[in-house]
Amino acid sequence: MALSLMDQPSDDGRFGDFGGRYVPESLMPACHELDVAFRSAWADPAFRAELDTLLTEYAGRPSPLTDAPNLSERLGVRVLLKRDELNHTGSHKINNVLGQALLTRHMGKRRVIAETGAGQHGVATATAAAVFGLECVVYMGEVDVERQALNVFRMNLLGAEVRPVSSGSRTLKDAINEAMRDWVASVEMTHYCLGSVMGPHPYPWMVREFQRVIGDEALAQCRVKIGGVPDFVVACVGGGSNAAGIFAGFADTDSRLIGVQPDGGAAIGRGTPGVVHGSKSMLLQDEFGQVIEAHSVSAGLDYPGVGPEHAHLAEIGRAEYTMVSDAEVLEAFQVLSRSEGIIPALEPAHAVAWVMREAGRSIPSGSTVLINLCGRGDKDAAQVMEMLKR
Amino acid sequence: MNPSVETTLRAHRDRGRKLLVPYVTGGLGDNWALVLPALAAAGADAIEIGIPFSDPVMDGPTIQEASAAALAGGATPLSIFDDITGLDVGSAPLIVMTYYNIAFHMGEHRFAASLAGAGISGAILPDLPLEESVSWEREAAAAGVETILLAAPVTPDDRLAQIAARSRGFVYAVGLMGVTGERAGVAVSASTMGKRLKAVTDKPVLIGFGVSTPAQAVDACAEADGVIVGSALVRRLLDGAGPEGAARFIGELRRALDRG
Ligand SMILES: Cc1ncc(COP(=O)(O)O)c(C=O)c1O
Repeated sequence: MALSLMDQPSDDGRFGDFGGRYVPESLMPACHELDVAFRSAWADPAFRAELDTLLTEYAGRPSPLTDAPNLSERLGVRVLLKRDELNHTGSHKINNVLGQALLTRHMGKRRVIAETGAGQHGVATATAAAVFGLECVVYMGEVDVERQALNVFRMNLLGAEVRPVSSGSRTLKDAINEAMRDWVASVEMTHYCLGSVMGPHPYPWMVREFQRVIGDEALAQCRVKIGGVPDFVVACVGGGSNAAGIFAGFADTDSRLIGVQPDGGAAIGRGTPGVVHGSKSMLLQDEFGQVIEAHSVSAGLDYPGVGPEHAHLAEIGRAEYTMVSDAEVLEAFQVLSRSEGIIPALEPAHAVAWVMREAGRSIPSGSTVLINLCGRGDKDAAQVMEMLKR
Repeated sequence: MNPSVETTLRAHRDRGRKLLVPYVTGGLGDNWALVLPALAAAGADAIEIGIPFSDPVMDGPTIQEASAAALAGGATPLSIFDDITGLDVGSAPLIVMTYYNIAFHMGEHRFAASLAGAGISGAILPDLPLEESVSWEREAAAAGVETILLAAPVTPDDRLAQIAARSRGFVYAVGLMGVTGERAGVAVSASTMGKRLKAVTDKPVLIGFGVSTPAQAVDACAEADGVIVGSALVRRLLDGAGPEGAARFIGELRRALDRG
């Protein structure tokens, strides 16, 4: 069999030119240790079985793949939704976190730290920490603490400590900086539970593998439901973990893969190659290499970089990366709610917004379009309520 | 030719002097570069200049604050090079410390050439570990710039030896697990680092991270050839110490080290 287009990176963690391991020497042994632990766990049927059981019994997988009949009729394309918003904790983030929590236990560490933007990854990490009896600290930018207040409360309820971050843009990028600073000081007993397909090797690969359950399930579900694969597979891209997860199932099929970014955080399209947070990828930066702050209505996509494998998939042309505006996202958020009775998170509302805009244009009428509905909108209700008042 | 970091530091060490290398954030205030000759006159053996980066993950609050202030004041790699070109700092070699994206974005070749052109002898890129630094080390060497590599308390022995072998100028021993910043005392890990490195290399070994007072500098030098002092100096500069205040502080450290 030919190699998959989304296979393992090289031993030094490269997807084409992108990826690698750009971290301080203090973190190198931990990255090696994690690489070894993940490789052996992923090849170990007992680990896989344990994770599968957790995903099934605790997280509620497999998530359904459902038709969106009203939206389909309105747009003239067949819209299918991969319903990862139905997972326990409300998003795809739990898939990755359960895998990393198991690994944390295998490595004998007792404390996890995480960054979070929308709060979904923080909530998922706090949840897993509660189940596994781990100490948990979550770093969150002050802007996000405010706009995702519900999730802050949830994390506290779950027993995690949320540390607001006041440096820089006070959003996801700065939360990652602060988590890395904690990790440099605590690495011997702490696992950094990174929430997306970014960071130093092996994170981009490992997180994609933990998320590929979305794509593997969806491929099998599409075969049953539509007797083949969809014409388009569409996912929102912040760091890119839900997109990588669903793309992994379809990379070797004829489906077109579309990643949708916020237009104020479109690293692929508006960015240039750069190195931040441990890997080389595409990055919003100024003429001197200073990182530029992203701006998005969605805390989960408010990030100036993107996972390295996406930079690679864009470069080789296997996936296409587009952008939508905050206004289009707000519209899609409401349309999906009213037409299908599903309130999406603002993040996957980006994917919905792109399909709404492009149906009948770059998406030919009559196409079949699979959207990764990777999170639900409860966390965004208060924020959207305020925005709609204005 | 810019003065060699390694030749300079070896010469000082070999005549029994403990090495003192202060760090300042480049572009912190309009006349920041005036601090450099003052530090040299006060007894610095080499001087590190930080090129501020938007996302300094290895730095604690003091250097974060200084970096943000310098960037807000319009500092760029080019403005910093301009400010120091032709500056007379006597025989003390200048070393740049910054994050890799600054070099990568400019292009390794051009960055190395720019350093050399600005009179800078060495470079420290703390987020560029052994595995990623091969092409940079080559470009730097071709331009006559010495790449100083960092070793950490968790670095295993075989890797420590490789780092020591590939490092140029000196070997930077990260004295503790953590980011830059002032600490109440020198970590035990600092003296362990000194011992481990001295056992595998004849190059100068300097302890950095968390060395903040004259007494701590003396402590840290028990098992090493010298110290790097960053946050303690930068905090004074943020508080308005200016060249005189900076020189006074470095002078105190110098005298403490000379007394032993
Ligand atoms: C529901 C949801 N979707 C997407 C994202 C963005 O992350 P990624 O691009 O890694 O899927 C987040 C992040 O917080 C999220 O909560």
